[in-house]
Amino acid sequence: MALKIVKGSIDRMFDKNLQDLVRGIRNHKEDEAKYISTCIDEIKQELKQDNIAVKANAVCKLTYLQMLGYDISWAAFNIVEVMSSSKFTYKRIGYLAASQCFHEGTDVIMLTTNQIRKDLSSPNQYDTGVALTGLSCFVTPDLARDLANDIMTLMSHTKPYIRKKAVLIMYKVFLKYPESLRPAFPRLKEKLEDPDPGVQSAAVNVICELARRNPKNYLSLAPLFFKLMTSSTNNWVLIKIIKLFGALTPLEPRLGKKLIEPLTNLIHSRLVITLHRASVEKNVCLIGLVLPIVCVCVCVSNAVLISLSSGMPNHSASIQLCVQKLRILIEDSDQNLKYLGLLAMSKILKTHPKSVQSHKDLILQCLDDKDESIRLRALDLLYGMVSKKNLMEIVKKLMLHVDKAEGTTYRDELLTKIIDICSQSNYQYITNFEWYISILVELTRLEGTRHGHLIASQMLDVAIRVKAIRGFAVAQMAMLLDSGHLLTGNMQRNGICEVLYAAAWICGEFSEHLDDPMQTLEAMLRPKVASLPGHIQAVYVQNAAKLFATVLQKHEGATDSQAAQDTSQLLIERLPLFVQSANLEVQERASCILQLVKYIQKLQQKDVEVAEEVSALFAGELNPVAPKAQKKVPVPEGLDLDAWINEPPSESESEDEKPKAVFAKEEPKQSRARHIEVDEKELARRREARKQEQANNPFYIKSSPSSQKVYQDAPGVEHIPVVQIDLSVPLKVPGMPMSEQYLKLEEERRQKERADKKKKDKKKKKREKRGKGKRDDSGPESEEDITPAHQVDIVTEEMPENALPSDDDDKDPNDPHKALDIDLDKYVPSAENTLHKVTVCMLHAEKQGDLSITRHFLV
Amino acid sequence: MIKFLLMINKQGQTRLSKYYDHVDVGKRAALEANVVKCCLFRKKEECSFVEYKDYKLVYRQYAALFIVVGITDDENELSIYELVHNFIEVLDKYFNRVTQIMFNLDKVHIMLDEMILNGCIVETNKNRILAPLLALDKMAES
Repeated sequence: MALKIVKGSIDRMFDKNLQDLVRGIRNHKEDEAKYISTCIDEIKQELKQDNIAVKANAVCKLTYLQMLGYDISWAAFNIVEVMSSSKFTYKRIGYLAASQCFHEGTDVIMLTTNQIRKDLSSPNQYDTGVALTGLSCFVTPDLARDLANDIMTLMSHTKPYIRKKAVLIMYKVFLKYPESLRPAFPRLKEKLEDPDPGVQSAAVNVICELARRNPKNYLSLAPLFFKLMTSSTNNWVLIKIIKLFGALTPLEPRLGKKLIEPLTNLIHSRLVITLHRASVEKNVCLIGLVLPIVCVCVCVSNAVLISLSSGMPNHSASIQLCVQKLRILIEDSDQNLKYLGLLAMSKILKTHPKSVQSHKDLILQCLDDKDESIRLRALDLLYGMVSKKNLMEIVKKLMLHVDKAEGTTYRDELLTKIIDICSQSNYQYITNFEWYISILVELTRLEGTRHGHLIASQMLDVAIRVKAIRGFAVAQMAMLLDSGHLLTGNMQRNGICEVLYAAAWICGEFSEHLDDPMQTLEAMLRPKVASLPGHIQAVYVQNAAKLFATVLQKHEGATDSQAAQDTSQLLIERLPLFVQSANLEVQERASCILQLVKYIQKLQQKDVEVAEEVSALFAGELNPVAPKAQKKVPVPEGLDLDAWINEPPSESESEDEKPKAVFAKEEPKQSRARHIEVDEKELARRREARKQEQANNPFYIKSSPSSQKVYQDAPGVEHIPVVQIDLSVPLKVPGMPMSEQYLKLEEERRQKERADKKKKDKKKKKREKRGKGKRDDSGPESEEDITPAHQVDIVTEEMPENALPSDDDDKDPNDPHKALDIDLDKYVPSAENTLHKVTVCMLHAEKQGDLSITRHFLV
Repeated sequence: MIKFLLMINKQGQTRLSKYYDHVDVGKRAALEANVVKCCLFRKKEECSFVEYKDYKLVYRQYAALFIVVGITDDENELSIYELVHNFIEVLDKYFNRVTQIMFNLDKVHIMLDEMILNGCIVETNKNRILAPLLALDKMAES
């Protein structure tokens, strides 16, 4: 027995402590994993010992290992044991380990509730401090509910050290258990006037966080904060308060007016001296004030604008002041200041674009900076600074950058930005869509980009929505299809070959604009196409069929039946390659179309006119549909979605036959008859099948599918307003277009217009009204003079009748801050008291009970 | 609020990590690797703020050690920049040599806990931060 004890203590002598562990790991660089697993085994042994010191040591080592990436949740119970030790050093280690590895899913947390409560009411302030710190990392809703009251009492503790921590942790408690906000709030308010500055700033912190999410509940505190702002000298507190005001001013316009003066004083006094010093380090915290001040100025002037009763003359002056100071920041050589200056400018840009636009040259300069963060910020700013006049130049400059850019990530970023800038607010700033399409085509020449998909979707979007440009677009796309380099380019997903997807679709859908559909058809069916990704091939096949229809129509119109039969023959020769494709989609489409063409050929041999029927296959306009349209479709009256449709199973088979029947190839006689029939029902069924195919195809870009409603309205295409096309610029451009020439053309055109302005004034206004359609022109006055090169009719998105586009559906229902949105002016004091009484009783009961360790764990 | 704080050496190994927003243990390694990649390859003249997914990273280099703090958008970047410097000064005051930091990481954690609580800055006064630590040391000796 004595030997055992001696043996035990000898073992303990060789235990590693944390230092040894770290040293050991460093010395075992090659076989680190093995060494660590031996250490973990030793730790497991140590944890089985009774001695609390040994356990604490083991837990300490575990904390280090956890940081290296090893999971230590198996030791959770041991951690709780160490936490319950009475010695501060061990308790500390236990809490540290708990804060590193406990989370809401850890089940032993409920064992800790009592222990934490004991620590919170301990006479030693460091014990309490440790408990509070640790708690903030792993508080769960249950813990929050149980301990909320204790923490609230701690907020009025004598030691400021404890008060500070208690105040801060209340925020986490509020998030997890929102009902605690109401009773705790009056105490929190008191802390704002606490004599100790640490506690005060903690209270400001918490209230600022709360108010940011639900500002209207905290408006009553505004005068208190105002007093704090004018009297406090602590910069950190000032920063927070100013940010808070930024959130409050939109709701209370008078507040804005009151704030302008003190803020302007602040800007003047704090920033004038500091910005001219060489070493910025010392005054960095003062400069950190700039950002929130800017935010508030923006909000303030916003608020004033909204309540434009007396028309404050100063608000634009304060914005000018801010912009001036920011310009100084951006011109500074310190990169950090530049970054912050740009960041603040982008905030001002959202509400006062005019003030920022005068600094365009500076921003463009920043684009050339070596630092990537600064370049990205400058790009962001440009996004907001474009107007109709300067869009072309800006994009031109960006294209230059794209050529110069080395790494692909920056180049990709530029690409996305260019497209974003051009397509913002429904293409508001593009005056010449031909130029835009030529830009897109130039972008396709970039190698190794991952945004082929984006360019493709842009092309599709423009081609569908801007009717006037379709002819030009189709010509460009036909050239793309012909060009060899795209086919040999990289074949990965989202590579530049995605553009071919768009090209093929556009050529197929708007094939009536094609000069030489035969050539395009041949280009689509080249054997090399089979090396493209599956989804692109599928589109090729489908659109080859559409082109086939157009070609047939052309040939039969010219009564050239031989050529018509040659075309069918061509298809029959080329399609089998696709029928053998590995991709299911391609196989299906190719085999469908192959069979169709075979029947058509048979009919052609009998000299029957088939072109009409074949083009009827592809009749109907495809319009873009609004993204939320499906949700807004009202449920028709008398329809109960929860009622059973049929008796369960037996009748469901009858529905399978319909889709099968459309693709029936086994009964040639039947399908033959259907060919000649061609009535509305047949067309509807075919459309239905095609729609289903498209819906099931995961690769189909959904920006252009049609909803059921469109097809029903198909004959009523006339309701889309069509405007006269004013072609002052020739549409035909030989060869690959260079966007440069559009700039020159645009200049000439604008000059001509300015010269003729007076004569055509009335006519222009009329045209503008009809031509603009849904676009709201909120740009500066000078832009009114520039009419677009083409009167474009942007087809608007389809929505069910009387549906309004709204953004309500996007909010996350699980957001904890939503639960905190309660009216704090009516709080219930009585509930607080009863809760307090109950917990006091529980504590009494504990004290009288047995003080063994197991009892501590009972909640 | 502050999402996490990492101390990384020049080889990219994490020396200390503290998360104020729970991240699964498995995902931590990936996160740290990405963050390291973003920060280590920046040149000296570039600014200390990097945008990474939906956080901003504020980093500072001290000889062979990088300190990276991940913050959300609402936090003032310059104040965090100064906080990092403050942290280093506190470490400097307590430990005499850098190697001692590595062997006493639990103490570094304690210091950090005194400075940042629940993602917010609590204390920036060096003496007040070190007070509990010194008390702890005294208790351990006795």
